[in-house]
Amino acid sequence: MLRRLSLRLVLAVALLWAAGSLGFVMTQLAPGDAALADVGPGAVEAREALRARLGLDAPLSVRYQRWLTGVVQGSLGHSVLFERPVVDVLRERMVNTAALALAALLVGSLLGVPLGVYSGTHPSAIGTRCIRGASALFVSIPSLLLALVLVLVSARTGWLPVGGMTGAAAASSLLGLIIDRLSHLTVPALALALPLAAMLEHTQAQAMADVSSMRVIDGARARGLSRRAAVWRHAWPLSLGTVLPVYGVLAGSLFGGAVAVEAVTAWPGLGRLMLDAVRARDAALLAGAAMTATALLAVITQGIEALAAWRDPRTGTDA
Amino acid sequence: MRLPVRVLVWLAALLLLAVVAPSLAPYAPTQMFTDARHVPPMPPRLEASGRVYAVTLTDRLRERYATDASRLLPLPWWAPAGTPVFLLGTDAGSRDLFSRLLVATRPTILLALAALLGTITLGTLLGVIAARRGGLIDALIMRTGDLLLVLPVMVVALLLRSALPLVLPAVEIFAWLTLLLSSVGWPIVMRVVRATIRHEQASASALAVTALGASRGHLLRRHLLPACAGPVLAQAGLLLPAFIAAEASLSFIGLGFPDTWPTWGTLLREAADVNALVRFPWTLVPAAAIFLVTFGTRLVVSDGHAMPGTTAVRPGSAGRIVREGSPR
Repeated sequence: MLRRLSLRLVLAVALLWAAGSLGFVMTQLAPGDAALADVGPGAVEAREALRARLGLDAPLSVRYQRWLTGVVQGSLGHSVLFERPVVDVLRERMVNTAALALAALLVGSLLGVPLGVYSGTHPSAIGTRCIRGASALFVSIPSLLLALVLVLVSARTGWLPVGGMTGAAAASSLLGLIIDRLSHLTVPALALALPLAAMLEHTQAQAMADVSSMRVIDGARARGLSRRAAVWRHAWPLSLGTVLPVYGVLAGSLFGGAVAVEAVTAWPGLGRLMLDAVRARDAALLAGAAMTATALLAVITQGIEALAAWRDPRTGTDA
Repeated sequence: MRLPVRVLVWLAALLLLAVVAPSLAPYAPTQMFTDARHVPPMPPRLEASGRVYAVTLTDRLRERYATDASRLLPLPWWAPAGTPVFLLGTDAGSRDLFSRLLVATRPTILLALAALLGTITLGTLLGVIAARRGGLIDALIMRTGDLLLVLPVMVVALLLRSALPLVLPAVEIFAWLTLLLSSVGWPIVMRVVRATIRHEQASASALAVTALGASRGHLLRRHLLPACAGPVLAQAGLLLPAFIAAEASLSFIGLGFPDTWPTWGTLLREAADVNALVRFPWTLVPAAAIFLVTFGTRLVVSDGHAMPGTTAVRPGSAGRIVREGSPR
């Protein structure tokens, strides 16, 4: 157990190092640098002065060494774009992206899982056909397009605020603040959650169909349980062995989609931050954001694996 | 039809579409029409036997137009020079969206197909090497693939894109994007090829072929690689929509094709401004094109059920392919 845990930890550190180094080195391979992006091509002297101040005049190997030393000591460097320590910028954005990802996972699960249980256990019902049609539709819409359509709908109807994270009128009470944040979260979260729900519905339905053929339901029904109790208390827990691993894959696609969705809805998260960092050639910021995104993903994936291992101890031992 | 054949036919149809579509465009994609900014779509009317109603400008400042049902115009290919017909409306640059959409089809679909070819070539090559060599090389290829699969795709794409200058000629962008998408996609193909070959070369038939005196090359070419065709093409059906979406996302956020080159992604940038999107919703038309290709690909892969059995790779279970059920 201890060996496995330490192996995991070493792998996680290696992953973070790879993501961060890739971000730091890649940004500086291209011609031009942060000073050029900041000042522009005209003012040569100002650019050279800025370059010297930022330490950009040193060779890449030296800069990388400096950055890596900083990372080991707990500092992720200084952001040229925001003129603040990278850690401070990341702290704010990380919370926003984590909120978005968790909201999407939650809404996607609450929609996808019950619908999948229903369509898996009622193979010929009319409701099942509607559910399958809807999930076939939503699984084919990239999050970018869904975000655009949702923005259009909510702007036309005026039901939900579009863009950003906070409303124009500063909410005075705590309740007002919560409502304001939630209403801004709805569009980006739905754009990510609906394709997620479609995938989950599909997986859950198949898992339920497989489990139902195991006669679990028949056995429970023979002991006098209601159909609902047989499905939810006996068949559904068995199906989780198939459904939970899918979350690991979904979490990855969630972060991929978040970049596009955050760009459309102006949600100030990690995806938009990475985009800004690429545009501004801000190497330390990009490296930090890549590391944070990787870490967030790893935490979610590990959490799901732990959950799967808790449900079924056999899955944990062979990996 | 069997799955590999269906996918190949579909890919050929898309290639044909990419080749033919631009020459069907009634107007040049860059042609700007006077007094035609944000003209709403002019759909063919059934009651007027396929002709369209003319549209007249009523308010130049607010860009308002009125449909004039008394004046009928033929379809754009036959429309007189003075009165252009915009089937899907015009954009902020007073250009015909229908023509732009058709012209944009070529780079968008060609990029997706090129990236698919690159992914399959790279993935098959590395998959064969990993399965046949084994040992350290196998471990190295698998771990590199794991790393790419664990990192979020768009994050990897952004990191790789950051190594390129922000502004590049369109042809270079095409080449780089092909390389970028291939280097993100290959682990998925590599895992399928590696698993299939490992399974096949341990089978009794492979032993029999070897016992009959076939060389390793013959076994690979005639027996192992053909066995990979089905699984690889099934993956291709899942990768194609992902590549089209990736191009759209990258171009939309300004890291893909430049605005001067119409692709489905750059056309969507028209819709990036909420106010413009609300007033001129027809700028979302490229989204419909992306959706149709994505949805069609899913139908093809899954034999009309629109939901293919998703072959998902479990993170953490080295090399095991988990097929999440068969298509229902």
